[in-house]
Amino acid sequence: MTLQANAMGTPTRRLDGAPKVTGTAPYAYEQPVKNPVYVHAVQSGVARGTIRSIETVAAEAVDGVVAVLTHRNATRLADVGDDELAVLQSDSVAFRGQLIAAVLAETPEAARHAARLIQVTYDDEPADTELRADREDLHAPEGEDPPDDRSRDEFAAAFSSADVRVDQTYTTPMLHNNPMEPHTTVAVWDEESEVRLTMFDSTQGVHVVRSTLAPLFGLRPEQMRVVAPHVGGGFGSKGMPHAHNVLAGLAARAVPGRPVKYAVPRQQMYALTGHRSPTIQRIRLGAERDGRLAAISHDSVEHSSTVKEFAEECGKPTRSLYAGAHRLITQRLATLDVPVPSWMRAPGECPGAFALEVAMDELAEACGVDPIDLRIVNDPELDPKTGHPWSSRRLVECLQEGAERFGWAARDPEPGRRQTGGTLVGMGVAASTYPCFRSPGSVARIEVTDDGRYSVRIGAVDIGTGAWTALTQIAADALGCDMELVKLEIGDTDLPHATVAGGSSGLTSWGSAIVEAARILRHEHGASPRVGTTVEAETPDKPRGVAVHSFGAQFAEVHVDPDTGEIRVPRMLGVFAVGRVINAATARSQLIGGMTMGLSMALHEVGVMDHRTGHVVNHDLAEYHIVTNADVGDVEATWLDDVDPQANPMGSKGIGEIGIVGAPAAVANAVYNATGVRVRDLPITADLLLR
Amino acid sequence: MIPFDYRRAQDPADAVTAVAERPGAAFLAGGTNLVDHLKLGVTAPDLLVDVSRLPLDGVESLPGGGLRIGAAVRNSDLAAHPVVRERYPMLSRALLSGASGQLRNAATTAGNLLQRTRCVYFQDVTTPCNKRDPGSGCSAIGGYTRYHAILGASEHCIAVHPSDMAVAMRALDADVIVLSQDGERRVPLADLHRLPGDAPHRDTVLDHADLITAVELPALPMARRSTYRKVRDRASYAFALVSVAAALELDDGMVGDVRLALGGVAHKPWRASTAEEHLRGAPATVETFRRAADAELAAAQPQPGNEFKVRMARNTIVAVLRELAGAHGMGGEHR
Ligand SMILES: Cc1cc2nc3c(=O)[nH]c(=O)nc-3n(C[C@H](O)[C@H](O)[C@H](O)COP(=O)(O)OP(=O)(O)OC[C@H]3O[C@@H](n4cnc5c(N)ncnc54)[C@H](O)[C@@H]3O)c2cc1C
Ligand code: SF4
Repeated sequence: MTLQANAMGTPTRRLDGAPKVTGTAPYAYEQPVKNPVYVHAVQSGVARGTIRSIETVAAEAVDGVVAVLTHRNATRLADVGDDELAVLQSDSVAFRGQLIAAVLAETPEAARHAARLIQVTYDDEPADTELRADREDLHAPEGEDPPDDRSRDEFAAAFSSADVRVDQTYTTPMLHNNPMEPHTTVAVWDEESEVRLTMFDSTQGVHVVRSTLAPLFGLRPEQMRVVAPHVGGGFGSKGMPHAHNVLAGLAARAVPGRPVKYAVPRQQMYALTGHRSPTIQRIRLGAERDGRLAAISHDSVEHSSTVKEFAEECGKPTRSLYAGAHRLITQRLATLDVPVPSWMRAPGECPGAFALEVAMDELAEACGVDPIDLRIVNDPELDPKTGHPWSSRRLVECLQEGAERFGWAARDPEPGRRQTGGTLVGMGVAASTYPCFRSPGSVARIEVTDDGRYSVRIGAVDIGTGAWTALTQIAADALGCDMELVKLEIGDTDLPHATVAGGSSGLTSWGSAIVEAARILRHEHGASPRVGTTVEAETPDKPRGVAVHSFGAQFAEVHVDPDTGEIRVPRMLGVFAVGRVINAATARSQLIGGMTMGLSMALHEVGVMDHRTGHVVNHDLAEYHIVTNADVGDVEATWLDDVDPQANPMGSKGIGEIGIVGAPAAVANAVYNATGVRVRDLPITADLLLR
Repeated sequence: MIPFDYRRAQDPADAVTAVAERPGAAFLAGGTNLVDHLKLGVTAPDLLVDVSRLPLDGVESLPGGGLRIGAAVRNSDLAAHPVVRERYPMLSRALLSGASGQLRNAATTAGNLLQRTRCVYFQDVTTPCNKRDPGSGCSAIGGYTRYHAILGASEHCIAVHPSDMAVAMRALDADVIVLSQDGERRVPLADLHRLPGDAPHRDTVLDHADLITAVELPALPMARRSTYRKVRDRASYAFALVSVAAALELDDGMVGDVRLALGGVAHKPWRASTAEEHLRGAPATVETFRRAADAELAAAQPQPGNEFKVRMARNTIVAVLRELAGAHGMGGEHR
């Protein structure tokens, strides 16, 4: 049964808002610790090879240096089969920027200075870092079966006999998560204590940090504690521990009893904390003359690293978004000498929807139908991927309501014709979708405390999304009490296990556990349980036999200067169907944040890899451009009045990622409408539109 | 951080002496460029002589109509100065198009002129660079060239000078006043910055312990109708791909006089003298503007990866001249 909403649905202010804006909310690095040691890391200067020599004498001689760690003296770690985490364990170098040494010093300045004095020579080998679709070594990701010959043949037949065909290739560049708060860890190793290793970490999941790192250091889970008090964003890059976490542990191990503080410098994040792989995507759409899709194919190529495989699954949205009898989705990877790719907001869906949704715009033009109508005629009754019914699918309503609000009728379908004041004007639309994941294994504990309140404990993390507030609202409604009576504790492995804040799954996974615990409490102990009463419950299983997705429609208006090609986006609108919105204020922030990040991807962001060296050369925020305030016009997000009872007990679905899905395509389609220039390779920059 | 000494100069002469005495000394102004370089390891002075608080922060009208701008005037103060806004709007606009509000509040006139290139390889000590480490090679050639030169580069360096302010000052024929142990001298801004040639480590003609004390702008009535246009990869907080500073004087439909300088294209602010010659005395039409721009850019030698700058510069020159001509009542003729 869906929970009755009282606190839910209100735009309750962030509980952590005041401490954050007054600067009193302690982030991981700001944990008060006594007598800390500071860490500064050294990165490899070659992309592939072995370290021949590493000279640390000069660094060790710097005043204030406590220790220099290299592969020669760092603690041996247990092999857990994840080479990204095998930090300082061997002399081999697998990508440029890999951690190869670290200085521990009494001050950050001494550590940084000494790190620069470390002399390294390499036996370097030619590195291979360039992704191309014509490489001969492309291979399917581990564990994925490529489509069989029959489905290939059927697709080919359907495609070649289609009335209207689109066959184009789209690319997106290497992208970097760049959360506002860099990755930071404060770690203490204590031989005397039951808990050997304590970490204050800027992470999206305390339990995953512990379960990953404890075995490396030969610890049982109880011997390690991870705390994530406040987190300044992650966008996936803090969803699993990366090499820097291991380095923090190694450093702590080297100076038992002394806290070590490690903040990854912004410049080093580009190689160390994950990135989105560049993608090359071929889309083929075969349709009847009215736009009805008969054949859809999405072939994508991404890079992965020799250290660890990660696949950016671009085909995901194409499996479910539109009807069409014949569907062919393939993915191939090139394993290159590059930093380890990882999750970045809507991995797969985001770049995948860029390609698919620009191709749909091209198809609409080829068929002479409105892009909105094209999406309406191809709205599938059942999920094409699973054949299951949708829990709810209101994409068409999102498109229609958005068109109305945005003034879509004013769009001239003929590109390059509308001008105001000498500026080219265009509009674009794209669909958004994201699955509603529920991760198993979170546990919520509710205890009745002697002040007559409810202590709600779960090891979830609020990475700035507003989860703290929204979970409190959910708990209040689940318990049928005022929010003031709920005391929520999160962000600590001392609390019951919780899954990672990722895949837009947080509220569904953690909230469902809280609702279940509250249900048991009321069921077993009534309306006024005794002080000390404690119940625990795990996230119930996800619903079966039903496809649960969020949907949305995104609109963009683009202005292009005909002389310089400069692009401005005065307004964007997203209309979403995301189930019940638990907190209107924080939800809006998530949605417009995603849309803004999508705008940034459309027009600005590109990690420039110099293939001669495997180095991301524009590795700071002056050179790696992210939208500034001046680039962001009126970005509005709104949603349908929606409750999806099948999604979870709150009737809500995830909202953290859907905002970025579709936004880049809406902008790209608007650029085409404004100029008549179809740019299929992101980012779309002024030079590409010059005449 | 490498330990260094810090000293606040008492007066300009004291600053010059202090720096002259130590080969490893450097002047420190707003620090928005120099301090970054200390952190990045691009430079490692052993003494910083702080000149930001010297009484060089005045903006004074000169007899004859010119303007003297103190070396320590903050970029934001200069941009907002009523005389600058009225008589030299291109300078005000150039300043406001640079960096961010916070940076402009700290950055000074002299520091802005002497800021170093933003070439990513120059700023990254793990990559070879002739400018930072003479003889080590130029990583930009054959690498990431989007922000690099199309005019006046050499096989040793293809970097651009990143300042917006300097482009406007170049168009305005500014002079730089320099104090050294030998006394004061006047260096035309035209001669201050060098082309890289075979010595790209030298950005300017200044010697160690040459202190800039002021910049002087000549009286230039035509500059009242002038502008600065910066084309960049995002709306703020980005360096120019191409920029144009221009002033235009019309005389009965003909170009009476013109000043034109380009940014983002060369190792120094680039005065478009060839274009100016084509323009003077010619009919003020888009056709003329195009021909003038093409004449200037005929010498362009773009790198693979920045070929677009030639067309971008051309279009921007034409657009700016058209706009200025339009302001003279010639608006009808649009493209
Ligand atoms: C992220 C970022 C973005 C930026 N974007 C732009 C932009 O878009 N456009 C733009 O034009 N600029 C931009 N800037 C650069 C900025 O304008 C310069 O950093 C600033 O103008 C330098 O002035 P300063 O006073 O801080 O110089 P400092 O950093 O103090 O000094 C710079 C150099 O000048 C020397 N120096 C200083 N004063 C004197 C003097 N009186 N005599 C002799 N030598 C002296 C110093 O020794 C040093 O070598 C940007 C900077 C940053 C960090
Ligand atoms: S262009 Fe100049 S500054 Fe850049 S790498 Fe080459 S030599 Fe160095």
